[in-house]
Amino acid sequence: MMSQEKVPAAPAGSGSEQAQAPGKLEATLIEQRATGRKLLVPYVTAGMVPDWPEMVSAALDAGADAVEVGVPFSDPMMDGPAIQEASRRALVLGTSIQGVVAAIAHLNAIGTPAPLFIMSYYNILFRLGLKRAALTLARAGITGAVLPDLPLHEATAWISEAAEAGIANVMLVAPTTPDDRLRSICNAASGFVYGVGRMGVTGEQTDLARTSRQVAARLKAATSLPVIVGVGISTPEQAVEVCQDADGVIVGSGVVRRIMEGSSPGEITRFLGSFRRALDAG
Amino acid sequence: MIRENPRSDDPSRSSAPLVSEPPNHAAPGARKDNPMGDPGPRGYFGDFGGQYIPESLVPACQELEASFRTAWSDRSFRETLDGILHNYAGRPTPITECKRLSDELGVRVLLKREDLTHTGSHKINNVLGQALLAKRMKKTRLIAETGAGQHGVAAATAAALFGMDCVVYMGEVDVHRQELNVFRMKLLGAEVRPVTTGSRTLKDAVNEALRDWVANVGQTYYCIGSVVGPHPYPWIVRELQTVIGTEARSACREILNGADPDVVVVCVGGGSNAAGTFAGFAGTTAQLIGVEAHGGAAMTRGIPGVVHGMKSMFLQDEDGQILEASSISAGLDYPGTGPEHAWLGSTGRVRYATADDVEVLDAFSLLARLEGIIPALEPAHALAFVIRAARAGEIPSGASVLVTLSGRGDKDVAQVLEVIGP
Repeated sequence: MMSQEKVPAAPAGSGSEQAQAPGKLEATLIEQRATGRKLLVPYVTAGMVPDWPEMVSAALDAGADAVEVGVPFSDPMMDGPAIQEASRRALVLGTSIQGVVAAIAHLNAIGTPAPLFIMSYYNILFRLGLKRAALTLARAGITGAVLPDLPLHEATAWISEAAEAGIANVMLVAPTTPDDRLRSICNAASGFVYGVGRMGVTGEQTDLARTSRQVAARLKAATSLPVIVGVGISTPEQAVEVCQDADGVIVGSGVVRRIMEGSSPGEITRFLGSFRRALDAG
Repeated sequence: MIRENPRSDDPSRSSAPLVSEPPNHAAPGARKDNPMGDPGPRGYFGDFGGQYIPESLVPACQELEASFRTAWSDRSFRETLDGILHNYAGRPTPITECKRLSDELGVRVLLKREDLTHTGSHKINNVLGQALLAKRMKKTRLIAETGAGQHGVAAATAAALFGMDCVVYMGEVDVHRQELNVFRMKLLGAEVRPVTTGSRTLKDAVNEALRDWVANVGQTYYCIGSVVGPHPYPWIVRELQTVIGTEARSACREILNGADPDVVVVCVGGGSNAAGTFAGFAGTTAQLIGVEAHGGAAMTRGIPGVVHGMKSMFLQDEDGQILEASSISAGLDYPGTGPEHAWLGSTGRVRYATADDVEVLDAFSLLARLEGIIPALEPAHALAFVIRAARAGEIPSGASVLVTLSGRGDKDVAQVLEVIGP
């Protein structure tokens, strides 16, 4: 049944040259990977504190290769306690997708050393209308989107709108994803492939799940896209370990928890700097 | 017979083509005379339904679909389930003709008595079927979400019957509102985990159950309580509740000399007792009415959205943030509704209406006084609509009206005492 799964058409159908060339997110990550370094992608929930754009800058200052900005949703099904609470706080503070997009556009106007992309849940884009959502993101210089509740077989419409607007469609692969479906997902993805490191929701873990390296190794064998693992990567040591197979890591809940506990931008830079140094040392 | 409810256009259609798949009305297996058929492998009822879930759960939902398809066409599975429904749950349930209420309203009111099943509500039909399926799939652990606690109690009951571990997620707010049901679940051997995130009610319990399922998908069966969630749940739960409509139709034909009722009225939260009832009558000429709580009216005041794994109708703000529902009845306190209802509403086959807390309490008391039946607050919404529509002449005098009495009111008596006083 799996092998008969319809693979969404390649984005080439849009007829736009821009849609065929790798977008900024993918190009940047591949370029950095080619220098031999492992990729560090921190996550920050937009709006969780009033000065959240400074937290994004703090992550960039630590040597991030890209930053994932979470657009808060009322029902974050794939997120654990830290990001749930950050999302709740952000919504209480009145955070909207328009506000997040405007803030990112501002950061991009000043200039960022690495690309920014968003993570959110599908309803946020669905309500906006997919075409309008893709154009809105693209105009703000947002380079990609991760939608954890939009699996491949529901993603056809979004994939073509994202491609047309030049937004990377980052897709997730889980430890339970069978091989043939994994290949289909890699074919439909752009920017990078997000390896879900463990069966569970986002959150800090004492130990690295064995599935983290397994999913990375399976992805590396299947795709030339950057393979970045997230969910449960909590320490520099875990990041180094998973990067024996993966091209990079996403660090989310640890950042978000520290911000909620009152860490300053400088402290966030130092925290993420420890990941940067560990990854660079190998 | 009953005036049409004007429906606003689906706003998702004006902005962009959001669903690339062709409509799935004539799904494989759909009977021509019954629009409520098989939603097909993708799980679409027209534009609604689907499978909007984390990738981690995709294989589990596919396994569940395949297992249910096989089980549901396996005669021995069906016979085993029918036997349990008969010997354990007390099916078939009777139809009671309400003589005094009918005299009062001038229409002929028939009640389908799901309140007389074991555990006191229609929820048992669903959990026994799903637990039997879980057992067949060799799952050892049952998880469930619950709002008022009725589905949680039913799930705990089924887990006890089949010897499975059971964890029930329940919003902290509901844990306090429904202390007795929490204790019932514990007596039945289930662990109740209060959910302290979000609005701490049913929608957050669903999120938490989904998170548990993602983390423990191997040995765990997620027993959803209504016709909601990702495919195949809306279809499975409707199939398991169709026993209500099938029994009701044949019993009505005996009472009404071979005719179907003129109007069928059922309450809708997620919409499982409504889906099960409507499935028995969708192929007839009966008018079908779904009645929502005024404060939880996803069909009448919601807009299309994608949450909890499904594309359906939800109460939400313009940014797509899901709103909290509020109703005197915890069982209708859900900001969304099942995708098949979204579709039945969009085609006009079912009309959706609302009842407010005041008229619901009146209906609750009236049925108790006139018929000696204390209904749950959820089906009191359906009764409230019948009372209002009959008195306004919207239902012509002499018409026959079937109402599914989805549960008994014992669980609500303390709450009603608090509201209306001794």
